[in-house]
Amino acid sequence: MPILHRNRYLTTIFAGLSDVSISGDIPVEGEINVPVGTPSHDDEYSTLDEPVKDTILRDLKAVGKKFVHVMYPKKSSTLLRDWDLWGPLLLCVTLALMLQGGSVDSKEDGGPQFAEVFVIIWFGSVIITLNSKLLGGTISFFQSLCVLGYCIMPLTVAMVVCRLVLLGGSGMVSFIVRLIVVTASFSWSTFASTAFLADSQPSNRKALVVYPVFLFYFVIGWMILTFSPSA
Amino acid sequence: MASSDGNKNTNTEPWGGFDDNIIQGTGSAVIDMENMDDTSGSSFEDMGEMHQRMKEEEEVAEEAEATEEETGEDGEFLGIKGIKGQLGRQVADEVWQAGKRQASKAFNLYANIDILRPYFDVEPMQVRNRLIESMIPIRMINFPQKIAGELYGPMMLVFTLVAILLHGMKTSGTVIREGTLMGTAIGTCFGYWLGVSSFIYFLAYLCNAQITMLQMLSLLGYGLFGHCVVLFVTYNVHFHSLFYILWLVVGGLSTLRMVAAVISRTVGQTPRLILCGTLAALHMLFLLYLHFAYHKIVEGILDTLEGPNMPPIQRVARDLPVVATAAMNAVNATVKTLVQHISIA
Repeated sequence: MPILHRNRYLTTIFAGLSDVSISGDIPVEGEINVPVGTPSHDDEYSTLDEPVKDTILRDLKAVGKKFVHVMYPKKSSTLLRDWDLWGPLLLCVTLALMLQGGSVDSKEDGGPQFAEVFVIIWFGSVIITLNSKLLGGTISFFQSLCVLGYCIMPLTVAMVVCRLVLLGGSGMVSFIVRLIVVTASFSWSTFASTAFLADSQPSNRKALVVYPVFLFYFVIGWMILTFSPSA
Repeated sequence: MASSDGNKNTNTEPWGGFDDNIIQGTGSAVIDMENMDDTSGSSFEDMGEMHQRMKEEEEVAEEAEATEEETGEDGEFLGIKGIKGQLGRQVADEVWQAGKRQASKAFNLYANIDILRPYFDVEPMQVRNRLIESMIPIRMINFPQKIAGELYGPMMLVFTLVAILLHGMKTSGTVIREGTLMGTAIGTCFGYWLGVSSFIYFLAYLCNAQITMLQMLSLLGYGLFGHCVVLFVTYNVHFHSLFYILWLVVGGLSTLRMVAAVISRTVGQTPRLILCGTLAALHMLFLLYLHFAYHKIVEGILDTLEGPNMPPIQRVARDLPVVATAAMNAVNATVKTLVQHISIA
C-alpha cells in the first residue's frame, strides 16, 4: 500500500480514537504478530559447517577452471557468471614477487617495487573498467576486474619463462627469445580479454575498448621484458 | 467530525498547505498528491511526503499527550504504552529517513559517473580524425573555431604518454629517489594535462575568451598527440639534432593548432598575445622537459646493459650538463681570480 494512503488511513483512525473515553476495564492492548516462516535450514547446505579442506578445494577448483578458460579463450560465460577475485590476486602477487628481484644496489632501483606492480595492475584495471562502462558497456564492475585479472595469466607464464631463460645468460639471443615469448603472451592476453569484454559493447565501439586493454598489457609485458636480475 | 487537537494551523509555507485537507479525513477535497506513487524522486513530492509525515507524527504525538492528560492512572498506563509505541514508531521513522538519505547520497555518487558519460560518446572514426586534425593548424582566426568536447581521446593520449615516458625512463636508467617510476610518470602527465588546462582556462577567463573548461581539456589533450609521436621516435633513435627538428616541426604544428583555436575565440590584441604566448611557451617547454629530464643516457649503465653487442645507437652524453659544467667552470675561474685579487689587495 503506498505510504501516503497508509498515512491517511492511520490519520483517520487516530482522529476517530480521540473521542473514545477509555475506561479501566477495557485495556486496549495486544500484539500483532505476523508469523514469518523461518527459512528451512535443511534446504541449503550451510557452507560454514563443512571442513576447511572442502572449502579450499572447491574454491581452488573454481579458480582452476577459470584459468583453463583463459588459456583456451572461447566465448563462454563462466568467467562472467561466477566472478571471483582470488585468481587475479594470486596472479598479481606472483607477478609482483617475481619482478622483485632486480638489483638491490642502493644507488639504483633495478626493478619495480612490489607496490608499484600491484598498483599498476589494480589501478589500470579500474581505469579500463570505468572506461568501458562510460562507453556504454553492459558488464559490471567486478566482472570486468575479474576478466582483466585472469587474463594476466599468460604474462605470468611468460615471466616464469623469462626468468628461466635469464638463468642461461643475458646476451642478444636470450633477449630475442624473451622478446618473442613476451610478445606472444601479451597478444594472447589482449585477445583473451577482448573475447570476454568486447561482447558487452556496441559493435562499432569495440576498438575504443580494446585500445586501453592493449596499452595495459603492453605496459605489463614491457615491465617483464626489461626486467634484469641482480648481477 | 471529531476535531482533533492536532488541527492547529502549523502552516508555515506561503502556498497554503496540506493541513486542511489531510486532517479532516472525510473531506471531499482530496489532494492529488495522494494518488502519486511513492517511488518518486522529485524533490517537490519528497518534500510533500516528508512534510506530511512530520505533520502526522506531530499530530499523533499530540493525540497521545491529550489522551494521557485526560485519563487517570490507567489512561496514564495506556499513555505510557502509547508513548512507547509512539517512540518506537518515531525511531523507526528516523531510521528510515536516515537510510533514505544515505541511499540518495550513494545514488548521487554513482550518478556522478553518469555525468561524464556524454563526453565519452565517440566513434573510433571520430577519434582518428581528431588525432589527425590536431596536427593541422587552421588559419581562420576571425571566426570562432569549433572545438570538440570529448574526453576519451585526451585520456587515452595521456595514458599513452605515460607508457612512452616509462619506456624512456627505463632505457635511460633514470633513478628516482623519492617515489616510483610509475608514480612520477603518471603525476607528470596528468599534472600537466589538468594543471595547464586549468591555468589556461583561468587566463582565458581573465582575457574574456569564449572557451569552456571541457573544450580546453580536450584541446590540450589532443595537443599531446604531437608530444607522443616525438617522444616515441626520439626515445628510440637518439640523435639530438633529430630531436630538435621534430621538436620544432611536430611540436610547433600542434602548438599552432591549439593557439589558433584559442585565439579565434578571443577579442583584442593584448589578450590574444597573452594567451598565445603562455600556451605556446608551456607546450613547447613541456616537450623539451620531457626529453631532457627523463632521457639522460649514462654511458656506464649502457655498457653493463648491452654488453659487447651494442646496437648502432649514437651514444650522446648529456648535453645540458655540458653547458652547465662549462658555465660552472667559468664561474669558478672568475671567483678564484676575484679572491686572489682581493687577497692580494
